[in-house]
Amino acid sequence: MTKYEEFLVEKGLFITAILSIIVIILIIGFIFQQGFPAMEHVGILKFIFGMNWSPSDDQYGVFTMIIGSLGITALSLLFAVPLSLCCAIFLAELAPRTVRRILKPVIETLAGIPSVVYGFFGLIVLVPIMRVYFGGTGFSMLAASLILTVMVLPTIISISEDALRSIPVEYKEASLALGATHWQTIRNVIFPAAIPGIITAIILGMGRAIGETLAVIMVAGNVAQIPNSIFDPVRALTSNIALEMGYATGIHYSALFATGIVLFIMIIILLIIANYFHYKKKVVIGGGYL
Amino acid sequence: MNRKYKYGIVIAIIIIIAYLTIIPSSQYERVQIAGSTSVQPVAEALADAYMEKHPNVKINVQGGGSSLGISSVSQGITEIGTSSRDLTPQEKEGLTEYKIGKEGIVIAVNNNNNVTALSKDQVKGIFSGAITNWNQVGGSNTQIHVVTREEGSGTRSSFENLIMDGTDIRPDAVVQSSTESVKQVVAQDPGAIGFVSLAHMSSDVTAVKIDGISPSTQTVASGSYKLQTAFLFVVKGEPQGTVKDFIDFTLSPEGQDIVKGQNIVPVNM
Repeated sequence: MTKYEEFLVEKGLFITAILSIIVIILIIGFIFQQGFPAMEHVGILKFIFGMNWSPSDDQYGVFTMIIGSLGITALSLLFAVPLSLCCAIFLAELAPRTVRRILKPVIETLAGIPSVVYGFFGLIVLVPIMRVYFGGTGFSMLAASLILTVMVLPTIISISEDALRSIPVEYKEASLALGATHWQTIRNVIFPAAIPGIITAIILGMGRAIGETLAVIMVAGNVAQIPNSIFDPVRALTSNIALEMGYATGIHYSALFATGIVLFIMIIILLIIANYFHYKKKVVIGGGYL
Repeated sequence: MNRKYKYGIVIAIIIIIAYLTIIPSSQYERVQIAGSTSVQPVAEALADAYMEKHPNVKINVQGGGSSLGISSVSQGITEIGTSSRDLTPQEKEGLTEYKIGKEGIVIAVNNNNNVTALSKDQVKGIFSGAITNWNQVGGSNTQIHVVTREEGSGTRSSFENLIMDGTDIRPDAVVQSSTESVKQVVAQDPGAIGFVSLAHMSSDVTAVKIDGISPSTQTVASGSYKLQTAFLFVVKGEPQGTVKDFIDFTLSPEGQDIVKGQNIVPVNM
């Protein structure tokens, strides 16, 4: 009986473990199968580098949206990374116990707010401010990036704080014993040792930013054009799918799945680049394997 | 032994749940409705009222857009298709149309905008990008911000049919994903213009008079307000049985009251 049970538990765990992989493979297969007809209809290069998205005229080009997605993500990381790293260092190294006790739950609450709330806040508050101060309609890449900045902050802060805290206390002690100040210790010992973890934090933040749909739809303006400045409206790949999926049929439907393929490949490329840096830093810094 | 009982109970529960979810479906008569997302709320309200009177009928209402509704009816996938635009001659083949109500398309501007009347050509000029400043149509010197709906939206395709005549809406128009968010943008931005359905109009935004006539239930019903579109139920061939009964119900005074309750102008008013 116990032997039988042993066998069951073992196989059961194995099945649950591969189930998630099977589901992902099924989803990927489905997306590719559904998106392929459009790629074939339009031509892969024309689909990726086409500048015109107008399904009613049989024009399917997603290049403007690739630029849109990359622009929004890059800009939001540009704002979020310095902010969240400073915050993480403060929380991990400098914050008094009571401050930390208040700050940490507040930051974690930020992660729990649904994205539609962020989007609505952006639409009601941020977009009018943008319109008054920068002109235009107010719907812009900058507005979307600012909303995303707030959304990715908690992810990057809490993971990089964990990375900073997991540095062995001996490193710090040795540095201080050699006469370094607290700031010198943070800058030259703790921070470099925590870099692999910080890169992981940034990767996860980037994933959240590039995949965010609803909040971006509400504030980015969804214009399928290459923006001339950060004050111009843009359309992200995710927004394109969500906006038009409700009505699409035939090639249009397939083209939205093909948009998903492009997004999927883009995320994989970004992950490979990020993991490469992660790996490289691990080798260079001795403490990287922490 | 205890464990075996537990397994037994779990399996019994699973079988009962499976039975409950699978079996009852065969006892109801099912009617599938699919099509225009603008017609969807009306169709749902009608279906609810009808199902209350006929508990043995299940009516399932789905969106998908007018084109999907028409094609799925002609392929026999759904019994009733809904459309918020006129059918093309090819589409009409073999299908019967029933007009269930009329919907006005309202051109909305900010409440502080002093332009309150436009001609159809001016609206076309604004949305195509030929007119870019409000002072070109008698307003203040403010840049016009065009707000539109996403490709495939029923309101957008009605608007394009009625106003644009094949001209494209300017490509840099801000795209909003719902009537409510179009209204939100227009209410905030003094230079904005957008289109919404009459059913969703409210005092947050101002309705522009088109060729001298302001949109209202009366002007849509009389036909003097030109920016209007018919809501259609489409069936394949001659409707029979429950489908016919449901359509009769829709066109009856009771059904038309429900249509009116959804802020859609009834057919015979």
